[in-house]
Amino acid sequence: MNMTTPNATMKQNSAPIVSPGNGSPMGGALSIKNLTKIYDPEGVNVCAVDDCSMEIAAGEVCMIVGPSGCGKTTLLNAIAGFHSITSGEIRLDGDLLCGPGKPKAEQGADRMVVFQNGALFPWKTLAENVAYGPIVQKRMSKSEANDKAEHMLAEAGIGEFCSKYPGEVSSGMARRAEIVRALINEPKVLLLDEPYRAMDALTKSIMHESLLETYDRTKVTIFFITHDLEEAIFLGDKVHIVTTRPCSLKKTVDVNIPRPRTYESLSSEEFRTLMEEVNEAVHEEAVKAFQAGERELA
Amino acid sequence: MANVAHSETSTPVVRRRSAVQKMLENPSMWRGIVAIILFMVFWEVGARFDEWFGKEWTLPFVGLIPPPTDVFAAWLEIIPKAGYWDSWIQSFKRVLTGFGVAMILGIPFGLALAVNKYFRDIFFPPFEILRPIPPLAWVPASLIFWPTNEMSIAFVTFLGAFFTIVINVLGGARTIDVRYLRSAQSMGASQWDLFSKIIFPGTLPSIFTGAAVGMGITWEVVLAAEMISGGGTQGGGGLGFFIWNSYMGGSLTQVVVGMISIGIAGYISSSAIRWLGDVMMPWRRLF
Repeated sequence: MNMTTPNATMKQNSAPIVSPGNGSPMGGALSIKNLTKIYDPEGVNVCAVDDCSMEIAAGEVCMIVGPSGCGKTTLLNAIAGFHSITSGEIRLDGDLLCGPGKPKAEQGADRMVVFQNGALFPWKTLAENVAYGPIVQKRMSKSEANDKAEHMLAEAGIGEFCSKYPGEVSSGMARRAEIVRALINEPKVLLLDEPYRAMDALTKSIMHESLLETYDRTKVTIFFITHDLEEAIFLGDKVHIVTTRPCSLKKTVDVNIPRPRTYESLSSEEFRTLMEEVNEAVHEEAVKAFQAGERELA
Repeated sequence: MANVAHSETSTPVVRRRSAVQKMLENPSMWRGIVAIILFMVFWEVGARFDEWFGKEWTLPFVGLIPPPTDVFAAWLEIIPKAGYWDSWIQSFKRVLTGFGVAMILGIPFGLALAVNKYFRDIFFPPFEILRPIPPLAWVPASLIFWPTNEMSIAFVTFLGAFFTIVINVLGGARTIDVRYLRSAQSMGASQWDLFSKIIFPGTLPSIFTGAAVGMGITWEVVLAAEMISGGGTQGGGGLGFFIWNSYMGGSLTQVVVGMISIGIAGYISSSAIRWLGDVMMPWRRLF
């Protein structure tokens, strides 16, 4: 456990907090340039990300698709400030997050992560979980934060579960609450690391609708890692397909299906063409990864 | 936004049952009661075999101990006596002192080991050398360096619980999911927030596991220490001394009474810890 990390000095924008809901220009343009990350465990260099560049516009839903263990999560960790980078740079709205001379980005509430298997604090109720951010940032009083949390959970359709512990609700509800917990901090970018991985198709579809609905309301930039091609096209404005390790951008596919999208979009001709295009690119990488005997790095 | 339509949001109305009702309707409890009764019957019959069929029918082990009815009679006899309850109080006092001090010192010590690398580098090696020494091996030494018997008993008792608690706290705190720490830090938690709102509650389950195990060891150690130090002379009584005294006095029924008393005392102690755990960790008491 790393307790020595300097506490995330928050990029507390002194600008008035824009309340989500009016599609405000909150910013959130991510620019990744020539990012390289080499892990060096016991002197064996493992290149996880190699010269990877991508541009993500503010308010864009950007889906990252690639084979298992290709270094997608490394990318996310670098943006979130969990890990250092070896070279290259990442900028958020023009401000340097990490780059030459600053290998590790500071963790901050402008980039909130929703983790693979959910990371709601089990010892807090859903409302307490959501209220945690504003309270520790001293942005709101305890009761203000709680009211706001309850309000936002209700907006996400899980208002009646405010006082339940994460262990008492379904994984779908927990994940929805976790996204609310991220959003209450008014992040510029929402980083999602295969949040719906272990869910069955039915729950997943509900999650997707809920996420799209949230996105339409907040217009937050979304950086979403997934394996699921259907998910990628259904949710994304852009699908970035990355190569097997070392990870770099292979191909970007624009998704021009109009929003708001519904599940009927899945059966459209447009959707099927995109699916084929993405599938082809990903399959190639998957075969390479398989032949290399790649194991999941996690 | 479709939400009400999903079946996951509609909870069925469950009939609230009282704790007593739940207990009465629980087949596990009835099985337990029947098992205890059967055990008593076997014990009674086994112990009385020689009375009924003659000396050559004395069964091994069970034939040599007093039957439960005799034990019960002996118990009824001493229940009104203050001395018996004094033994309870003496032992409980020692257990609570040793255990309490072990918790008060052990939890912060374990947490400090977990969160600070320097602290761990310095204090963990000596801790690990002292830890394998059984508490009872400390008895002679502690009799020498503590001025009174009472204090040496308390010290040995403390050792019994301390090492277990520290090891559990350390293990629990070090295995907290890194994602909890990361998300808290991303949300802007200060070091103190991280410690008090994430690491401490995250470690609570391990603290209580350590406490439950530590409490068991504490009772063992107290009893043994009371027997060894001859509690009665200056340390004063206790259930261990009660057993030893009864043995010296040749009253086997009282020895068994003492043993069962310890069983009950231990049960009360671990129930108290479970209850406290439920109170402090409501998220673990789901449904």
